[in-house]
Amino acid sequence: METQEELVRSEMESSESAQPKQVGFTVKVETRDLKAGFGGNMVLKGIDSRIPENRITAVMGPSGCGKTTFIRCLNRLHELTPGATVEGMALLDGEDIYDKTVDPVAIRRRIGMVFQKPNPFPTMSIYNNAVAGLALNGVKDKKVLNRAAEDSLRGAYLWDEVKDKLSASGASLSGGQQQRLCIARALAVQPEVLLMDEPCSALDPTATAKIEELITNLKKDYTIIIVTHNMQQASRVADYTAFFYLGKLIEFDETATLFENPREELTERYITGKFG
Amino acid sequence: MENGDLGKGTYRRRHLFDRIMTGFIFLAVFVAVLPLVLIVADVVIQGGAELSLDFFTKLPTPVGIAGGGIANAIQGSAILVGLASLIAVPIGVGAGIYFSEWPESRLSAISSFMNDVLAEFPSITIGIFVYIIIVLPTRTFSAVAGAVALSIIMIPIVARTTEESLKIVPVSLREASLALGIPRWKTVLRIVISTGRSGLVTGVLLAIARATGETAPLLFTAFGSGYFFNSLWSPIAALPLTIYTYGTSPYSDWIAKAWGAALVLVGFMLILNLGVKLLIGRRYAGVRAEI
Repeated sequence: METQEELVRSEMESSESAQPKQVGFTVKVETRDLKAGFGGNMVLKGIDSRIPENRITAVMGPSGCGKTTFIRCLNRLHELTPGATVEGMALLDGEDIYDKTVDPVAIRRRIGMVFQKPNPFPTMSIYNNAVAGLALNGVKDKKVLNRAAEDSLRGAYLWDEVKDKLSASGASLSGGQQQRLCIARALAVQPEVLLMDEPCSALDPTATAKIEELITNLKKDYTIIIVTHNMQQASRVADYTAFFYLGKLIEFDETATLFENPREELTERYITGKFG
Repeated sequence: MENGDLGKGTYRRRHLFDRIMTGFIFLAVFVAVLPLVLIVADVVIQGGAELSLDFFTKLPTPVGIAGGGIANAIQGSAILVGLASLIAVPIGVGAGIYFSEWPESRLSAISSFMNDVLAEFPSITIGIFVYIIIVLPTRTFSAVAGAVALSIIMIPIVARTTEESLKIVPVSLREASLALGIPRWKTVLRIVISTGRSGLVTGVLLAIARATGETAPLLFTAFGSGYFFNSLWSPIAALPLTIYTYGTSPYSDWIAKAWGAALVLVGFMLILNLGVKLLIGRRYAGVRAEI
């Protein structure tokens, strides 16, 4: 039997692209030979991917496969870590976000992010957390802020639970509510793409179910890329799934196809729990 | 059989050893705390008799005349430390932010090291330095010179505590802010500082406590005075200077006043330190819930 590494190598050689040629979607985010790492340590070894617009794409793979680094490259957060390196291209609507003329701050307003652990601003109220992205970027109009707060909190399924205590501290909410507050905070700046880095890994099953339902509803307005190490979650929420292994994109396909009829042996072995 | 009393002998030995070491630790704590208790008790007993309303509100009287107070010294210390804070807090906080948020810059590393050196500097040399750069050119001891000397003592303390309290603000909060498209400088000002603000206040309080008790840098700069404040460019009284002058004098009523002034100073320190303790207790309660 071949080792995992040999399989990766042989499969990368056998298929020139991990992605199926026929595409029935509009490409929102695309990466071309995207490489990233820390110091001398390469984490992403050349990712070619096309992420569909208004769909949920799951990024799945065992720990250390580069899935978090991948999405952190898409909003240029990766480069802020000391020693981090990025090469290659990442395109948003066909425009390279790593072009020298592009302001990373402007990119981050178009590509929002929700993190693994809920991280509301502890010194701010629920209301101020929700509109932080607007208020700190100079929006002063109370009416605009009020509407943004209500819209984003409704959008994150949190409004009914917090509408009577908007001035309470964001840290006073439960873990699941905090995570939905973080989603509201990301939605308030009206991004086009929403990156989610294992948003449910710190939550209990009930809170997880609520967030998954929320994510499913968000896709009509947003392009969602969700990192997960939970295969069930990927199969529940994602339209498309990307399987990463050792810094490479092994397979990208419609979720049902990838789970039921994977093209690559490595994907199949991961899905059936033979490793990972 | 040996297994029958398995561990009993070693258990007793370990237990005895534990008792002896615990005893040593209690002894060490006792020896460490004893001087503090003795000093505070001495100051309270000797100085307590001096305290009266007049002591806080009246000017000192000449030797041999009963009554009078140290109001000028209290006022002078407040003015000196207040002025010094106005200089030291913006500079110290600014430097602390720079050390914490831009650690990758070479200038940050070098000045952070120099800040540490400055914090350990003998305070008398700071007094002489200010004497040379301010007192000599202006040909007068002054409140300004005293405040500048105290501010040089405060800056490294404020800078270091600012740096430390900003460094423990979780990376996840900075990233949350940056990911919203908030620029780095605004992230630092509005998210990082606001999360670490009780740490900043703690640093300022500690620096004030330190500056209020400093005597050496004031000897060559503020000089001391028997009257209330009258101008920024004339000598000014201060509590430590009063204690120094009165305490080393041969007159028993002045020595008694020195004890009273010492009690006022020690009381102020205790209040400030209690404030710091309260702040640290509440520090980052919100952040902790989030981590």
